[in-house]
Amino acid sequence: MKIYVPMDSAAKALGADEVAEAIAHEAVARGMDVEIIRNGSRGMIWLEPLVELDAGEGRIGFGPVSVEDVPALLDGTLESHGLVEEIPFFARQNRLTFARCGVIAPLDLDAYQAHGGLAGLRRAIGMSGSEIVDEVTESGLRGRGGAGFPTGIKWKTVMLAEASQKYIVCNADEGDSGTFADRMIMEGDPFTLIEGMAIAGLAVGATKGYVYMRSEYPDAIKVMNAAVDIARQQGMLGPRVLGSDRAFDMEIRVGAGAYVCGEETSLLNSLEGKRGVVRAKPPLPALEGFMGRPTVVNNVISLATVPVVLEKGAAHYADFGHNRSRGTVTLQIAGNVRRGGLFEAGFGMTLGEIVNDIAGGTASGRPVKAVQVGGPLGAYMPVGKFHTPMGYEEFDAEGGLIGHAGLVVFDDSADMLKMARFAMEFCAIESCGKCTPCRIGAVRGVETIDRIAAGDGAATELLTDLCDTMRDGSLCALGGFTPFPVMSALSNFPDDFACRKEAAE
Amino acid sequence: MCPPAPHSDATLPCDEDIRALVTPLASLEGPLLPMLHRLQEEYGFIPANAVTVLADILNLGRAEVHGVVSFYHDFRENPAGRHVLKICRAEACQSMGSEDLARDTLARLGIDWHDTTANGSVTVEPVYCLGMCACAPAAMLDDRVVARLDRARMDKLLDEAGA
Repeated sequence: MKIYVPMDSAAKALGADEVAEAIAHEAVARGMDVEIIRNGSRGMIWLEPLVELDAGEGRIGFGPVSVEDVPALLDGTLESHGLVEEIPFFARQNRLTFARCGVIAPLDLDAYQAHGGLAGLRRAIGMSGSEIVDEVTESGLRGRGGAGFPTGIKWKTVMLAEASQKYIVCNADEGDSGTFADRMIMEGDPFTLIEGMAIAGLAVGATKGYVYMRSEYPDAIKVMNAAVDIARQQGMLGPRVLGSDRAFDMEIRVGAGAYVCGEETSLLNSLEGKRGVVRAKPPLPALEGFMGRPTVVNNVISLATVPVVLEKGAAHYADFGHNRSRGTVTLQIAGNVRRGGLFEAGFGMTLGEIVNDIAGGTASGRPVKAVQVGGPLGAYMPVGKFHTPMGYEEFDAEGGLIGHAGLVVFDDSADMLKMARFAMEFCAIESCGKCTPCRIGAVRGVETIDRIAAGDGAATELLTDLCDTMRDGSLCALGGFTPFPVMSALSNFPDDFACRKEAAE
Repeated sequence: MCPPAPHSDATLPCDEDIRALVTPLASLEGPLLPMLHRLQEEYGFIPANAVTVLADILNLGRAEVHGVVSFYHDFRENPAGRHVLKICRAEACQSMGSEDLARDTLARLGIDWHDTTANGSVTVEPVYCLGMCACAPAAMLDDRVVARLDRARMDKLLDEAGA
């Protein structure tokens, strides 16, 4: 019998290692023939540790499993969720990027290939750079890091640039609260990211890649380092990629706790060994990026999606989606929710469907008050905007942004003035200091919100003005987008700002 | 081996040790962050004299190196406690009550953010997201992430750390 126990860090943070150990121990004591496989996470985080038993008739899921449940699990008396892939949360998804995540052992390259891995890279090796770029462009893949810029267009700029050395840089500095898709894919299916970077390298003529990871993800760093070593040993990376005459190799680099390094130009500075301050654009990183050379900077999910685009073709990918948002979106449902986790599906579902139907409302059982979509720089969407479909343009029209597609749900106990203050405080802590609206504005923002809290009604106008200045005058999204959470809290939840005044009077 | 430094703080390594530790990384593209990580891994903080050594190896000004060390939250200029507890303060954890949990934890320890307990066992720091947003609130004790925390689980963690 095969038993799957995830090695994903969320599963481990909920006791998966202890459960795996208990299963191994108990199986030996019973003389059972058991193979324990440490897979990635299926993304149903509320069920973690989600243990799967496979006795030859499909994988049956149990969870959350505690150490105390292990004897019953092996007795066959523990209540199951049935076939894992028939659990409604899972069955409703269209898993393209995450097709293998949770299915295979992350560092098993044979299993990776048995589940479609390397087919995209093999196909890319037989194509010219511009054919690969065209395929990615036609798929409609847009940057999954937040800005939603078409990946193919970015690649084309780098492809056409003349240089002796070009680079592929993967932005794995996933610092936004409510997002964990990058972490999950790096821990659960690291070869797909490596394959995507190799394809990007072939497309634009880059022979060297870097993954810039956050230091807050120690498990993901270990898995990625191990995966790169294996990929090199097996000839997936190196001077002759998969036996071809094309070279591509890569390194894992670790940041040092600066949120702003998720911004592509500060990431490049950090990777070069400098302070992670933002660079003015132009020049675009595509032309003068890492070490001043043409550089593709893409998010983890963008690059990890490239293999499936090449494997199944642009049209297959583009067929999923809604209006100008093509393909799938990897929703990360988080915060105060009953069923939190990763949900990959075509664009177009409404916010309300996701929060109420898929996630099942709040964990606390209280009414939903707000959903912050797109990380700390995303707007707080009230229940009144639950009709908004998941799409870049659709969210923009409602004064929000999708960002990295993280959704943080708050129940009615949330104090939106406090959340607005936190957004400013966070910006003040994390500002790189290069531009004044962000560096000074965020500090003044905290003070102004404190004035509102103390009953100074006139400060509201000042806060609005300050937010306009930050939005229009900041160099990057940190200062430029902090007004999103602040102003959305103020305009969608005026009571949380007004009642202070009355209370103070 | 280094000769013992005069009037020394015994924990401060000598320049030669620092040089030996980081020189293998000098051929990397953009070697400064990997070097600083290596030093912190070895000593638990960035020794003050490392700035001069790194500046020399990389042909940078000391101010430039100091600027990098001080820019990043991770690099310490002084040793931390025996364990470092990072409690997540980001929005997803806040939606599940992390602010109260953090306040109670700091109160129990009698310290503020960034401080170390009197017995030197634990330094508590804020962290902004550990990627545990669907099983909040979360914290990290050294390299071990713990999620779905409540007061009882936090107490157990603190006991383990000897706080």
